[in-house]
Amino acid sequence: MADKQLTIGSTFTAGIWSENPVLRLLLGMCPTLAVTTGAKAALTMGLSVIFVLICSNLVVSLMRNLLKPHLRIMMFTLTIATFVTIADLFLKAYLPEMSAKLGPYIPLIIVNCIIICRAEACASKNGPWISVIDGLAYGIGFTVVLCILASIREVLSTGRIFETVQVMPGGFVPWAGMAMPVGAFVTLGLILGLVNLATKKKA
Amino acid sequence: MEYLEHIVLVFISIVLINNLVFTKFLGCCPYLGVSGRLDMAFGMGLAVTFVTTLAGTLTWLIDHLFLLGTALEVTRYVCFILVIAGAVQLVEMYLRKFFPTLYEAFGIFLPLITTNCVILGLCLFLNLWQVNDILMAVVLSFGAGIGFTMAICIMAGIRENLALADIPECLQGAPITLITAGLLTLAFMGFAGMIK
Repeated sequence: MADKQLTIGSTFTAGIWSENPVLRLLLGMCPTLAVTTGAKAALTMGLSVIFVLICSNLVVSLMRNLLKPHLRIMMFTLTIATFVTIADLFLKAYLPEMSAKLGPYIPLIIVNCIIICRAEACASKNGPWISVIDGLAYGIGFTVVLCILASIREVLSTGRIFETVQVMPGGFVPWAGMAMPVGAFVTLGLILGLVNLATKKKA
Repeated sequence: MEYLEHIVLVFISIVLINNLVFTKFLGCCPYLGVSGRLDMAFGMGLAVTFVTTLAGTLTWLIDHLFLLGTALEVTRYVCFILVIAGAVQLVEMYLRKFFPTLYEAFGIFLPLITTNCVILGLCLFLNLWQVNDILMAVVLSFGAGIGFTMAICIMAGIRENLALADIPECLQGAPITLITAGLLTLAFMGFAGMIK
């Protein structure tokens, strides 16, 4: 029992900090950069990725003994595509506004490297229980970074967060560059630099 | 004649103005990961261009001939990814047979073209922009590939020089690449508003 606890704990620290998909592995950059103009969109995106990651990890882990090496990637993508379709239809039905805003970036979860990476590195070697935990941990790691990046960009470009809550004082001049692609690239670059600095100090 | 002019404008627009890498963030993984050497980047770009043209045209045809108007529209993503994976397999087989050195150099990156967002992204955008013309779909697919090649080659050229620059230690590697990418998108915004 103690052994299992340790595994769950270490999976979470790996997913959220030491192997964080965005900060450390540089995976899934395209949604990270594209949907982080607002915190709300980033949160929706993060939750969809968590859902897809958990489901695909579970399914891949259940069929791990049936996989043939050369058809592996194909099976992964097909599994993922199925769950992304479910997530996409769900968003279209219940959050049509958000779905229109995120546009093609929801279906693009299919080719998000994080999900294939976890299917390959964890789910195809481990049992269903630990795979689900792994999916949850890496999904949360991804969502957290997404939300941090989106909050910085949204506050600087509009002065508000979650589209309604005013953060900046009245005389604040919106920084339009932050809403543009350049804001995404440069902010993420600086965040990565800060993380590098923090790890170096600790070591 | 007017039609021809329109086609040329669309091509310029997808390569320079609406470049998928700079404005839509598609294909960032290879853009930031592979672009260390110019010759590799160029080869990668050409492979992606080929696959995009093939996959974009095929998925447009499948979408318009089979999926639209039937109840099978929900299987769109699964169909698209199958077509793309098939096209990548084709390129892989061709390269292994005729350019073994290039094939060796690509290594794992070649099968990973399947998960390149440019390709799936373009197939989805063709649907989203409501492209109703097969020629237009081909031009857009080809242009997207050329745009990607251009972006990744510019990046590789800069990175080759960046290796010699004196960069603060904590910004070395990925962070400085991202910041460079940001400045590049800013430069490419100069093209915005040139057409329409």
